[in-house]
Amino acid sequence: MKSKFGIKEVVAIGIGTALFVALTEVQIPLGFIPNTALQPRAALMAFLAAVFGPVVGGIVGLLGHALGDALFYGSIWWSWVFPEMVAGAAIGIFAKKFAIKEGGFGAKEIVLFNIVQIIANAVAWIAVAPILDIVIYAEPAGKVFAQGAWAFLGNIIIIGILGTLIAVGYSKIGGKSSSLSKED
Amino acid sequence: MSRVLSYEEKDTWIHRLSGVTKLIFFLLWSITSMISYDTRVLLVMLVLSLVIFAMSKTKWKQVGTVFKFIMLFLCINLIAIFFFSPGQGTKIYGTETPLWHLFGRYTVTKEQLFYEFNVMVKYLTVIPAVFMFIVTTNPSEFAASMNKVGIHYNIGYAMAIALRYIPDVQDDFAKIKHAQEARGIEMSKKAPFASRIRSMASIIFPLVFSSMDRIDVVSNAMELRGFGKHKKRTWYSERPFKRNDYLTLVVVVLFTAAAFVITFWDGSRFYNPFL
Repeated sequence: MKSKFGIKEVVAIGIGTALFVALTEVQIPLGFIPNTALQPRAALMAFLAAVFGPVVGGIVGLLGHALGDALFYGSIWWSWVFPEMVAGAAIGIFAKKFAIKEGGFGAKEIVLFNIVQIIANAVAWIAVAPILDIVIYAEPAGKVFAQGAWAFLGNIIIIGILGTLIAVGYSKIGGKSSSLSKED
Repeated sequence: MSRVLSYEEKDTWIHRLSGVTKLIFFLLWSITSMISYDTRVLLVMLVLSLVIFAMSKTKWKQVGTVFKFIMLFLCINLIAIFFFSPGQGTKIYGTETPLWHLFGRYTVTKEQLFYEFNVMVKYLTVIPAVFMFIVTTNPSEFAASMNKVGIHYNIGYAMAIALRYIPDVQDDFAKIKHAQEARGIEMSKKAPFASRIRSMASIIFPLVFSSMDRIDVVSNAMELRGFGKHKKRTWYSERPFKRNDYLTLVVVVLFTAAAFVITFWDGSRFYNPFL
């Protein structure tokens, strides 16, 4: 993968953002705390970041979250937009190690991917998001940390299951000349 | 997928403004409403944004469903704030004027009601601005004018591709979903949690993989046409800055500055009527 910002990255940001926005609507509610749910779009962003690197991951998170909020909810909750960017960029830093496109996403990479995504999500949702909520919107600390913790839990679950599966599946298809395997 | 907001062609002075003017207005507007807790500033902003919204001739049916959805979220959020922290108002404004006692530590105070009123107004001031921005800005013109103010055309192009492909991806999603449902996958609330995740995966897998193919196809096509060869490019739907754009920008910047001065005049971002 080229390190510079090429055509593929431009298109990946564009279509990745479109996917992220389209998946905004697809949610599995998590509980009684408002605005938190299992979000398949988080798994998508983690996958894109792991394939295309930190720039694509970060911008897809930023643009996708802002656009998705604006198009579906008519308002942008900026203190939750920036953590999304942080999470995307952080997962993307290790893109070369994952080697998803080269077909090298094996057991070791899966473990690394999940460690990275848990740390990235912890930073984003338990630290950055509640702090921005308090600084920008002066919301009560108890509420925003509860929301942040739920978002963290939801995201690591959905990325851990769905994100890992997508990455494994894509790595298998992308890496070999044939994706067929013998059934026993 | 009718719930999503989208651009609609109309001929008002707001539609004729350049996309960048509207973006700057929108960003400054939301930053101001984020920072300020000054009730006077927020109320003026609310009235102004409603006036601008009316001038953009946006119809209720363009935004109605989204608006109802936001109201639901807003109510849940306000209740949650009270539930988690009934004393937040007292903490901010420094006084305590109990109105009535509910149970345990939950007492409704004037300060809390005023604080939550501010939170609500903060929300409400941004909503018309977002609606206005989305329903009056042509996506391709927006990408062109982003480039005009010095943002690299790669970013403008990524933005244009995103806006261009959202409906396509939504179509794909609906098609795949219907196909999977026809094969007997249960997507409704009746299905248990684990199997809902599994059926979600059976939609998202094909969607992601076909999108990865699409990324290859589109970027190959762009490469063949020499995208990125030159430092500059021309735009089909470019719109030059006009007198109204400059006027709008001046007014917006002055308004933002004034709002900040008024908000921070007494050294705090909160307007305190209880002192």
